[in-house]
Amino acid sequence: MGVQDLERDGLIRPAEGAYPVDGVEPRFLARPRSVDEASQVLRAAAAEGLAVGFMGSGSKLGLGNPPERLDLLVETGALDQVLEHAAGDLVVRAQAGVRLADLQAALAPAGQQLALDPPEPRATLGGVVAANASGPRRLRYGTVRDLLIGITVVLADGTVARAGGKVVKNVAGYDLAKLFCGSLGTLGMVAEVIFRLHPAPAAASVVTLGVEGPGQAGQAVLALQRSTLEPSAVELTVDEWGWPGRLTVVFEGIQPGVEAQAAAAAELLGRVGEAATAGPGQTEAALSQLGALPFEKAEYALKATFPPAQLAGALADLLGGRQGWGGGPVSAHAATGVLWMASGLREGDLPPDSPTFPRAARSIREARERLAARGGRLVLVKGSPELKRAVDVWGPPGDAAGLMRRVKERFDPDRRLSPGRFVGGI
Amino acid sequence: MDRQALIRRLEEIVGPQGVISERNQLRTYECDGLANFRVIPSLVVLPETADQVQGTVKACHDAGVPFVARGSGTGLSGGALPVSDGVLIVLARMRRVLDVDLENRRAVVEPGVLNLQVTKEVAPEGLYYAPDPSSQQVCSIGGNVAENSGGAHCLKYGFTTNHVTALEVVLPDGELVHLGGDGRSPDPPGYDLLGAFVGSEGTLGITTTVTLRLLRKPEAVRTLLAAFESTDHAGDAVSRIIGAGIVPAAIEMMDALAMEAAEAAVHVHYPEGAGACLVVELDGPAAEVAHQFEEVERHCQEAGSTTIQIAEDDDQRALFWKGRKSAFAAVGRISPDYYVQDGVIPRTALPEVLRKINQMADERGLRVANVFHAGDGNLHPLVLYDGSVEGQEERAEELAAEILFTCLEHGGSITGEHGVGFDKKQYLPRQFSAEDLDTMQLVRCAFDPDGRSNPGKVFPTPRLCGERPGPRRVHPVEQAGLAEVF
Repeated sequence: MGVQDLERDGLIRPAEGAYPVDGVEPRFLARPRSVDEASQVLRAAAAEGLAVGFMGSGSKLGLGNPPERLDLLVETGALDQVLEHAAGDLVVRAQAGVRLADLQAALAPAGQQLALDPPEPRATLGGVVAANASGPRRLRYGTVRDLLIGITVVLADGTVARAGGKVVKNVAGYDLAKLFCGSLGTLGMVAEVIFRLHPAPAAASVVTLGVEGPGQAGQAVLALQRSTLEPSAVELTVDEWGWPGRLTVVFEGIQPGVEAQAAAAAELLGRVGEAATAGPGQTEAALSQLGALPFEKAEYALKATFPPAQLAGALADLLGGRQGWGGGPVSAHAATGVLWMASGLREGDLPPDSPTFPRAARSIREARERLAARGGRLVLVKGSPELKRAVDVWGPPGDAAGLMRRVKERFDPDRRLSPGRFVGGI
Repeated sequence: MDRQALIRRLEEIVGPQGVISERNQLRTYECDGLANFRVIPSLVVLPETADQVQGTVKACHDAGVPFVARGSGTGLSGGALPVSDGVLIVLARMRRVLDVDLENRRAVVEPGVLNLQVTKEVAPEGLYYAPDPSSQQVCSIGGNVAENSGGAHCLKYGFTTNHVTALEVVLPDGELVHLGGDGRSPDPPGYDLLGAFVGSEGTLGITTTVTLRLLRKPEAVRTLLAAFESTDHAGDAVSRIIGAGIVPAAIEMMDALAMEAAEAAVHVHYPEGAGACLVVELDGPAAEVAHQFEEVERHCQEAGSTTIQIAEDDDQRALFWKGRKSAFAAVGRISPDYYVQDGVIPRTALPEVLRKINQMADERGLRVANVFHAGDGNLHPLVLYDGSVEGQEERAEELAAEILFTCLEHGGSITGEHGVGFDKKQYLPRQFSAEDLDTMQLVRCAFDPDGRSNPGKVFPTPRLCGERPGPRRVHPVEQAGLAEVF
């Protein structure tokens, strides 16, 4: 069946200007209600050579290089069923369009959670997988790749394929689930996912430390890393006014356990600076703000990654250069080597023809070089299409780029799935 | 290229001592830990550096010769079984620990480094390497990477794939690439080829450098050995513990026959007459462990545990573990031959599946000793038989297969940590559809279009890489009359 047939059946409709991706407007939208319908849609798109993109809630639509082409945007919102929650096995199987928050609500009565906490409140499971989204608790639980145990994907030609399964321990066949983590819709559509779950912690305790500058931040995190403490998250925030910042250390588990750990952490951090254990009300507030991304209204934003022990140096590099581009707030998963920073410019304040534009682009490139010298990387996670073209969103892909391209060619030989958006122009 | 020319080229790369071509010496390498299958390779090469591995693979590529990588040869699925017309590349001489980065908690090692060696190396700093397969004293890190090895503690800490952060890999055409970036910075942009490579059982290339995540030794560790009347009772205890939201570092179960064997070998002093026992270990911050350990004890008692022994010190803990970890070998004391299986089921299906296994064993007049990672539903039924008795080996093999099918019926997997290898490749299509396998094959073709890296493993009958799934198309090579399709 062609696109016209599917249009008649209501599976595909004209986009009418909705959901432009970096200014590229899709011609059609599809909202499949089953994996089979998704397969039909992709078969039809293949038959007519349409370029296809995928969307969950749309929160990550701006991630990646501008698409070279986009004819059809497949939206997963109608794939919203939690298919199976095997509480005794700590496993859940769900469709890709289920919102993470809804899944957590469904798991809560069993005292369980999917241990992923990306900051986007509307994020869908498929989107979290495709964008490899993570949050502060990755320190304890890892990222999508550590929790995703099974996957169903729809390939460019409509083939439906599964890998992994419903058991956590499983080495049968290749681990395609990992391959799809962070693949940003360039290999196929994530249709169903199976995750391992964790018990939801019964109690939490928070210790905070005022941080004067990069050196002290590095010292504090190193002290934690050298101890036997097991925090769920170690978050550093620096607001748009600059230093001092604040380190928030979260312990989760059972009451006697988190209390003992918080007391030990307060003592340990007290040797570095002004440490305080949060009271009950403060704990709630600290947890609700934990990991909030600082760039909702910013013109552009960056994600820096670096070896965790390089925290102080990376902070000095990045925040030292802030004057050049009018720095905004910073939020870091300080013990894992991930740092998010926003431009101080508001959305729309960096027209491509302004004199500030080349300066901003240059400062990003320079920051990328400085980080590279520390073994780190810089990704432009938000920005105008013009800025993305000026600095390359992902940075250098490394010597595996050729191999990545060959993987892409095997999965999508006609190069129709989100062409150009990914690393190295994939 | 003929064999002699290949030998000459390989000798130029690794030196004459690094190439084995004499048939009697080649025989040493005819099988891995699964001795049921034996193939003498055409040549064995023992490289000492990444350059030599790369040179060897290039030489194989140029000669159109397949190759198989081998670490310590402890694998239990025939994954390192040689191919008769191919080169076996043995990485056992690559045993250097290249770097330990204490601040970022990473170790960079060569593939021949033994699993336990990593922990020994960093233990003085209070660090360790978490994955602990039972063979950890002798198995190599490179082999662990190929198999995505697990171990008793992966219930809490995950598998090899969760602890490898970067790899240097020689692709089947000899290209050297780095997967996972430098292994120190998180979230390297691009496809997670590292994730695809770990557990690919040697079919995507050979790793020459492995970056491992190190963990800080937990503040407290507590271990108990609880005996039960039956595996049902022990299974009930496991359900209660997990249901209470406790994630132990490990929960291991042994049935009466497995205990009998282990007792004969290492004298753990299992309570007499017990039908099953659990080894439960908790680790982490002291206050949390102390509290939850009491809970675990209570759950065991409520599930009807007859006796509970608590490890008083590291020596006793080591003894509990020795009993468990030596169970496979110990079974050799009570049966002339045995067949190890590695099925996985959802943990909650444990009692039902165990009953089915025992029933199937009875029907065939065979005994099965059960050892398993009860926390994650990974069963290791040991099918006992006597190869000298006519027909027993066949019946044992049949039973071993039936056990796997039972696992699949319960939504499980044919392998939890031993790999598909040569042994179980014919069962893979029972777990995955043709579309699933064709999709996995896309990855294979991207890495190894000629299918020369460990051919004949994992997948039963892979398509030619030029073939696309769906309507049959003529492969260009075929069209040119260069290849036949079988």
